Amino acid sequence: MTLTSSNKAAAAADASASAARPASRHRILARRIGEKLVGALIVLFGAATTAFLAQAALPGDRATVILNTRAGQAIQRTPEELAQINEQYGLLNPIVVQYFDYMRALLTGNLGMSYQQYRPVSAIILEQIGPTLVLTLTAIALSWLIMVVWIILTAGRGPRLSSFGAIVDTTTAGLPHYWLAILLLLVFSLSLGWFPVISGSSPAGLLLPALTLAIPLAGFMSQATRTEFEKSLEQPFVLSARMRGMGDLGVRLHHVLRHSVLPAVTLSGWALGATISGAVVVETVFSRAGIGRVLVTAVSSQDLPIVTGVVVLIAALYVVANLLVDVVYVLIDPRLKNS
Amino acid sequence: MTLQQKVPVTPPAARSRKNVVAPWGLGAALAALLFFVAALVAPQVLATHDPYALDLANALQAPSLAHWFGTDESGRDLYSRVVWGTRDSLLIGIGATAVSLTIALILGAIAALAGKYVAGTVNRVIEVLFAFPTLLLALLLVTVIGPSAFSQVFAVGVGTSPGYARMIRGQILSAKNSGYVEAATALGHSRGRILRHHVIPNAIRPLVAVIALSVGQSIVWASSLAFLGLGVAPPSPEWGALLDAGRLYITQAPWLTVIPGLVIVTLAIAATTIGKHIQASLEKGEK
Amino acid sequence: MTTLVTEIRTDAVGVAPTGDPRLSVHNLHVGFTRGGAFHEVVKDVSFDLHAGQCIAIVGESGSGKSVTARSIVGLTGRNATVESATISLDGEDLTTVGEKRWREIRGRRIGFILQDALVSLDPLRPVGKEIEEALKLHGWGDRSSRKRKVIELLDSVGVPHPELRARQRPDELSGGLRQRALIASALALDPEIIIADEPTTALDVTVQAQVLSLLDDTKSRGVSIILISHDLSVVAHLADHILVMKGGVVVESGPAQQVLTRPEHEYTKSLIGAVPSEHTRGRRLGPELDIVATAHPTRFAEEFADYTGPVLEARNLVKRFRSPDGSVSTAVNDVSFELQPGTTLGIVGESGSGKSTTARIALALTGADEGSVTLLGREWSSIRESQRRPLRKRISVVYQDPLSSFDPRWNTERILLDAVTDEEPSTLAEKKARVRELLAQVGLTDAVLPRFPLQLSGGQRQRVAIARALAPSPSVIVLDEAVSALDVSIQAQILDLLVELQKQIGLSYLFISHDLGVISHISDTVLVMKDGAVVERGTADDVFNRPQHPYTQQLVGSLPTLDQEIP
Repeated sequence: MTLTSSNKAAAAADASASAARPASRHRILARRIGEKLVGALIVLFGAATTAFLAQAALPGDRATVILNTRAGQAIQRTPEELAQINEQYGLLNPIVVQYFDYMRALLTGNLGMSYQQYRPVSAIILEQIGPTLVLTLTAIALSWLIMVVWIILTAGRGPRLSSFGAIVDTTTAGLPHYWLAILLLLVFSLSLGWFPVISGSSPAGLLLPALTLAIPLAGFMSQATRTEFEKSLEQPFVLSARMRGMGDLGVRLHHVLRHSVLPAVTLSGWALGATISGAVVVETVFSRAGIGRVLVTAVSSQDLPIVTGVVVLIAALYVVANLLVDVVYVLIDPRLKNS
Repeated sequence: MTLQQKVPVTPPAARSRKNVVAPWGLGAALAALLFFVAALVAPQVLATHDPYALDLANALQAPSLAHWFGTDESGRDLYSRVVWGTRDSLLIGIGATAVSLTIALILGAIAALAGKYVAGTVNRVIEVLFAFPTLLLALLLVTVIGPSAFSQVFAVGVGTSPGYARMIRGQILSAKNSGYVEAATALGHSRGRILRHHVIPNAIRPLVAVIALSVGQSIVWASSLAFLGLGVAPPSPEWGALLDAGRLYITQAPWLTVIPGLVIVTLAIAATTIGKHIQASLEKGEK
Repeated sequence: MTTLVTEIRTDAVGVAPTGDPRLSVHNLHVGFTRGGAFHEVVKDVSFDLHAGQCIAIVGESGSGKSVTARSIVGLTGRNATVESATISLDGEDLTTVGEKRWREIRGRRIGFILQDALVSLDPLRPVGKEIEEALKLHGWGDRSSRKRKVIELLDSVGVPHPELRARQRPDELSGGLRQRALIASALALDPEIIIADEPTTALDVTVQAQVLSLLDDTKSRGVSIILISHDLSVVAHLADHILVMKGGVVVESGPAQQVLTRPEHEYTKSLIGAVPSEHTRGRRLGPELDIVATAHPTRFAEEFADYTGPVLEARNLVKRFRSPDGSVSTAVNDVSFELQPGTTLGIVGESGSGKSTTARIALALTGADEGSVTLLGREWSSIRESQRRPLRKRISVVYQDPLSSFDPRWNTERILLDAVTDEEPSTLAEKKARVRELLAQVGLTDAVLPRFPLQLSGGQRQRVAIARALAPSPSVIVLDEAVSALDVSIQAQILDLLVELQKQIGLSYLFISHDLGVISHISDTVLVMKDGAVVERGTADDVFNRPQHPYTQQLVGSLPTLDQEIP
């Protein structure tokens, strides 16, 4: 194979106009990372502020509320009792001072004291976060597994199968956790006896709660992935791959899947938060230990510091997860977007 | 053959047949919706029993011909309670949607249309709120205002608003940056006229679909709060309250939770199906 | 139609073929089932392809040329019904082979090249991986020998620094390099047949010339080529035999020279006649037009009645953009021009030359960083938008993609009513009459009034866009790649319409295009832009016949024309 010399010269001239220069690439990357970190800090700061505002907005005299939450009864309190609480929580300080105190404490990892349990919120959360994280991460892994298999099998396979797949996506995405949890519990634990009714924190008890969280999430992600998958299947590069002798399954696995998971990857940071809050319901139904049950108890007893502590924690996890998502995104799609 | 033509693997004939909603699915969804609307307007016609009538002799009966959905611990007919509970449940869903879309519209419009700094700030606020999962934001609000029907509406409305605010912002921005807005600018139309004639109508139109989707989703979220005991208190036949009450009898009488749950799921799926259908027919273009 | 085809089929044999054909296609029929109904899109196509021969299939969109090509490799798509007496490859009957055998044939026996490597190579993977995939799929060599082969292949298609390029993604390569990489992936296994479906569409003209010459080299090595194109001038270099398709039917078939110089069928003649070039200037490209256009009297028209200077004048325009890495690039660098009344100023350049940014500055849709524009002798770019608004009626725009420039909620009538000026006519009835008048001027009937943009054909849409541009009775119309997305016969009609309107109303055009043929056909004066700057300016005659700047010379030299000698 030889080329005419003029053609080779033309290609060389053309090559000089090549798009990417490594130096500018690095600058773009550094800029992006900077922007992402600033964005992350703003979200954290906003979340903490929201949590503080929620506490400040609690209706009624806060000292009274705190005492009543502790005692679990609603009665009039004496000024001496109130004075002690006001002193302890700094409630008589101007709101701005309280805000700065709250933020300063937060920076040292202090999330405040539980009204009801007389203990630091951070200690309560640390105790309970483990099982919840195990549950959530298992659920997210399961949901990806279900989603990928389901999409490969049903997406872009003719109008009938595709629309059946889409209906299943929509249906599962809309299933409330409590209902799915009860169904799974009734069928697999109570009727079939395959799994313990009370999960506790045992590994055997992990599957049903994780499935409960995974199925709606898989349906939700499938909706976005299916659209993208079917769009990618019609792209010219897919035809190119087929034309060089690749089979249908090969194209799906090697080319189309990579393009189509991008929206689902983007959703993952958000999904982590949603899954943790979904754990509230699931842990209640399956009697599992975890942050969710702590949260439900705290909400019912108006133990606000625990609720706001969990809120800040989940916002922090959301931020960390989103930074990871950004890294994964660039690994999957290394093109730098100009937006 | 055009310059930017992308070569499709499947020919146009196959591509245009993208069925988002199967016809039978839409029919079933409309039938379900019709039933719920009837139950909202005239529950006495659909109900077979008095929803509050106690009949302790027939407590915790499984579903049968006499009691289609079975009876609860006090012998009340579950089917009739579901029918009578439709009104409260739907109103909670509609109310939450109204709260949610109002907040979303205000935040989304400011974030898309205001000056650089205001828009940037509001956009940050939306992003911060979006970091909170719906249920968590709702729980936070319920903690502050205490559990009630009102707090359910408010909490679910606020909880679902950040996602919609983001969507509305995106829609307004894409209309604002569209070719037809540029064409109108080139024709010499004023900013106000372009906003009125092009940007707002095109940004608002998809909301019809969102309303349907949101009512269904709001009812699911509200029922989740109720399931955790943070909603309307039990003697009420509101669906979430039914769930909450039924939880105690999961082992003896699972239908008390499974059936109200199924009703909620049915409504949510019907609403989603209809919403998606509207969305698809809007996208298909104006026929 | 069918009688015609059978007639042609008898001589459906290539130039000086010897021995048995490599590929033989006889009586190919392809149809799709849509909504229960069956549509035949390829009807009775036959041809024989011999070693080292190039057959071109030429036609406009919907002619069935791409479907024909895909049927040959069994990738017609879902819902397709392919019927053929014969598709045989070196004697093997392809009409009955199974999927497994197909996969052995694709890539190894028949290579396929699509248009625009930016999307025809997986945009997320390095091009080396894509080429290696072809080798791997057919079990060629081991990992390290495949890697060496990839480098070798890239080198053989003229990619400099192949080791580096193999690790880059399509978006990191220039248009020419990535198209070469795409061709390398099709050539990887030395197939005896290459099918190239619009291999140069969407490429700049200089790159197009390089790609065509690469295909020519491939052909001279004995590879048979099926070249699919909408553009007769592209295939003129390469093809030994040409099939002209229209509506799924081969309307003319014969040796290239004969088809191009002595076309027999009316459609082929009209296709050849429709290609705009330097020689067609002042001549109609399509059938005669039957329109009567009059400028609508407006307050502004009277106000400017005495003005005789240039209608649009740009002085030393500069526009810079900040790129994502923070560095600044100059999109438009010191551009000046004058547009004289009743004439056309063509701006030609390849992608990224800054011609569209110049158009946007001329329309005052983008502000310039330096320099100024005057419209009818008045300040235009430097004033506030609110002051500019009344003047906007003097200058209109037609875009490449009319669909996105129409509000999807509005039908044609509403779109045009919206554009008719508010001052006069004032009543709705008068406005509606004006809309009908505008439609007649662009050669459309009232039947399109209730239709939505999506329901119009590409040509109709562009006519509606022109009607909208005419509505305020402007002095200047900016046409930004306005005919680039159209089939050549539709393009010819639109160009004829524009010329006719200019003749009758005395409009001035600022005509932006990457297409040298179009620019040379329609322009009185021409600016050639490269990297944001004007490299040459002058009358169309001077620029195209006596180009001074090396870049212009290269552009004009790369331009494939039908007049060139046919090999």
